[in-house]
Amino acid sequence: MIPISYFLVLSILLFIMGAIAFFIKRDLITMFMAVEVMLNAANLAFLALAKSANSIDGQVIVFFIITVAAAEATVGLAIILLIFRQKKTIKSEDIKLMKG
Amino acid sequence: MSHFLFFLLAALCFGSVLGMIIYKNQAYNALFLILAFASLGGLFGFLDAPFIAVVQIIIYAGAIMVLFIFVIMMIDVRFGIPPEKKKWTLYLSLGLAIILFFELALALKGAFSLNGPDAVHKASPADLGRVLFTKYLYQFEITSILIIAAIVGAIVLVKKKEKE
Amino acid sequence: MTEIFWLIPFVPALSTLILGVFGRKLPKKYVSFQACFAIFISFAISVISLIGLLQTARESYPIVKNLFSWINSGSFQANLSLQLDPLSAVMALVVSGVGFIIHVYSVGYMANDEGYTRYFTYLNLFTFAMLILVMASNIVLMFVGWEGVGLCSYLLIGFWFEKHSAANAGKKAFIVNRVGDAAFIIGILFILVHIGSGEFTAINGAISGGAVSQGLATVIAILLFVGATGKSAQIPLYVWLPDAMEGPTPVSALIHAATMVTAGVYMVCRMNLLYTLSETAALIVATVGALTAIYAGTMALTQNDIKRVLAYSTISQIGYMFIGCGVGAYAAGMFHLYTHAFFKSLLFLCAGSVMHALSGEANMKKMGGLRKYLPITYPTFLIGAIAIAGVPFLSGFFSKDAILTQAFAQGKYFIWALGILGAVLTALYMFRLIFLTFYGEERLEPEAKKHIHESPRAMTIPLVILAFFSVVAGYIGLPVVFGKKLNLFHRFLEPVIGEGHEAHLGLGTEWMLILISVAVAFLGIYIAYVFYIRSPQIPRTLVARFPFVHKLLFNKYYVDEIYNALFVNSTIKGSEIIYDKFDLKVIDGGVNGAATAAGFFGKILSYFQSGLIKDYALIFLLGLIIFLGYLLIF
Repeated sequence: MIPISYFLVLSILLFIMGAIAFFIKRDLITMFMAVEVMLNAANLAFLALAKSANSIDGQVIVFFIITVAAAEATVGLAIILLIFRQKKTIKSEDIKLMKG
Repeated sequence: MSHFLFFLLAALCFGSVLGMIIYKNQAYNALFLILAFASLGGLFGFLDAPFIAVVQIIIYAGAIMVLFIFVIMMIDVRFGIPPEKKKWTLYLSLGLAIILFFELALALKGAFSLNGPDAVHKASPADLGRVLFTKYLYQFEITSILIIAAIVGAIVLVKKKEKE
Repeated sequence: MTEIFWLIPFVPALSTLILGVFGRKLPKKYVSFQACFAIFISFAISVISLIGLLQTARESYPIVKNLFSWINSGSFQANLSLQLDPLSAVMALVVSGVGFIIHVYSVGYMANDEGYTRYFTYLNLFTFAMLILVMASNIVLMFVGWEGVGLCSYLLIGFWFEKHSAANAGKKAFIVNRVGDAAFIIGILFILVHIGSGEFTAINGAISGGAVSQGLATVIAILLFVGATGKSAQIPLYVWLPDAMEGPTPVSALIHAATMVTAGVYMVCRMNLLYTLSETAALIVATVGALTAIYAGTMALTQNDIKRVLAYSTISQIGYMFIGCGVGAYAAGMFHLYTHAFFKSLLFLCAGSVMHALSGEANMKKMGGLRKYLPITYPTFLIGAIAIAGVPFLSGFFSKDAILTQAFAQGKYFIWALGILGAVLTALYMFRLIFLTFYGEERLEPEAKKHIHESPRAMTIPLVILAFFSVVAGYIGLPVVFGKKLNLFHRFLEPVIGEGHEAHLGLGTEWMLILISVAVAFLGIYIAYVFYIRSPQIPRTLVARFPFVHKLLFNKYYVDEIYNALFVNSTIKGSEIIYDKFDLKVIDGGVNGAATAAGFFGKILSYFQSGLIKDYALIFLLGLIIFLGYLLIF
């Protein structure tokens, strides 16, 4: 079968790429998408290790992560909408209310 | 055969995320991401989690990304985004990401030698359900409340102020 | 009867507490009632204790009551314990008795003052501290009372603190006292180190047991006496007393005539074994006393402020008391303290009455011929003056004569001569005051003359009472010529001061000395009469002929200026420099610097708070890496 290490490497790569995407991109929506990527990378790692430990708990965790990510995406996108309505921009540099 | 499939799916996933990074158009980004999630779903299947795989496709690729696309359409960004002023944060973050990569690799080093058990048992929905409703019942219920809260919250947030 | 004697200081203390906390809300009539009543109770208990004391056997003196274990460290103990013996009984009677009369007088004198309640609070506080001082059974507690009366003196001298001169006078009193107290403390330390305990019984035991060498006794005695010069206004620390006249007149009467300034005399009598042991110290005490008596007497001759004359007179009279103590006649010194309390407070209160009549005028040059306007004040004032001058059959005569006779008997002829000269000066300046104020042509301000009136009864009744005592108080201490048995005062104090310190002269010499004292008193009165009634131009010619002498006396020998130049200005300069270099730069700099540093670091940190999500995320990442690295390494 496919060794677990392959999955773990893939997971790490995906996580790093998600992080890089978060720092490179400058519009809020894409940054948010990068966060989703990172979450999925974590899901992959969980499942891989769950399989190696022959435990179903890893899958339960992934189940919950997917659910919570969905809820979070909902609220996050709502907020982005509001920001756009207020400031007419989604550039992350323009959101500087907490300066200082 | 399975190796080939694995590498195909892995490459697809990796490539989609790469594409997401490269392109600046948000719509393209979203589409690439859908592809990435779909391939991930396939990968989940390799890991003896069929239920999760399907859930991933239905919910992540099917619901969440659609939500993203809705929002992208609503925001309708026409103008391009000029280049960033502070370049050094960019390089710094890249460097840090690489460091993180090595750290993670180091952290998971111990798990690389692990191998799955020989007896393969694909987890069916029934198995998952059995655990969910007994051992993780509390968390299950809380999560459902969380979802309701998210829904109500999103609606309340976006509701336009009523003109008096 | 003697069991309750320890209450004597605490009744005024309780009154002070009540007045201090609730005084503002209480009606004025009640405030004065409570204050006077508290002192009256103290006085009553003092009387009761005295009777009880007379009924107890002498062997059990002193009766000590330990109230509270205050300091208990290692082998050193100092407790809040009071003692009752003849000396403390006399002092307690004087303080509470005269104090009560003056409290009543104050009701009338301070009636229109805004700080009415504050005044009575302070006055009660003072009485409490003074009673602690005189009834303490160990020297540490006595020092507590000593400091307490110093504090109250400051508070009461500067009572009208909005007036600059009054505030300065209060400050001066406290600081000069402090200089004396420094020496006093060192003396106490010597006692504690070498004798081991501050209890008077222990000290006396150590001295009579021979545990104290003469050198040590001298050192301690001199140190304690320096403290006494501060408190009792002798040379060199007397400069605060004339300025202290800025305070209300009843305060001058109580504190600076009858009680606080006599604390030094009390202390010397209390430590009499010490001063007997060290002849050098005793000689110093007597000499300082004699010199001060003359010195102050000369200054009193030229002052125009009626209260200042009395202030210098007080300094002079206390000098006499120290003469008595210095030559070993402790009973005589205490006797003069006791009679002086009556006539000096009488004189001060009368002066207050005169000032009250003239709406606050204190300059004698603006008085004159007042005797027809003040039918009660004038006779009582006159009685006081006669008493202090040493005219026979009044109290001052008996006490002064006792002191001077003993000085002569001990062979201290020089001191005796100074004392006699001082007696002339006393009569002279006192009657100068009387004649300038009550006789002669009227030099009143027209405004003052319009409102002239005799004082209210609350003020005149105390005057009468004090005048009565000024006359009769001396009869309990009749001179030896009338038979030793008749000197009740001396016999009463014997357990404390012992017998036989005093030498005895032949009857003939004693009568001669008495006659000389009397002659000298009348000489002074006569000179005053000539100078100020018959030929008033004589003083003027004298001033014209000896302008330098007059200037010297009038300006108090320029002592204040000398002290200022020598000590005060350099201290002020020094503290200004310290303030500038150390307080401002180092201490303030440190505190401000800490604030500046905090602000500086805050500024740096705020640079990180750009408000951008990405920057925050960067920090997250950094933190994550560090954390993960930490986990990996360990």
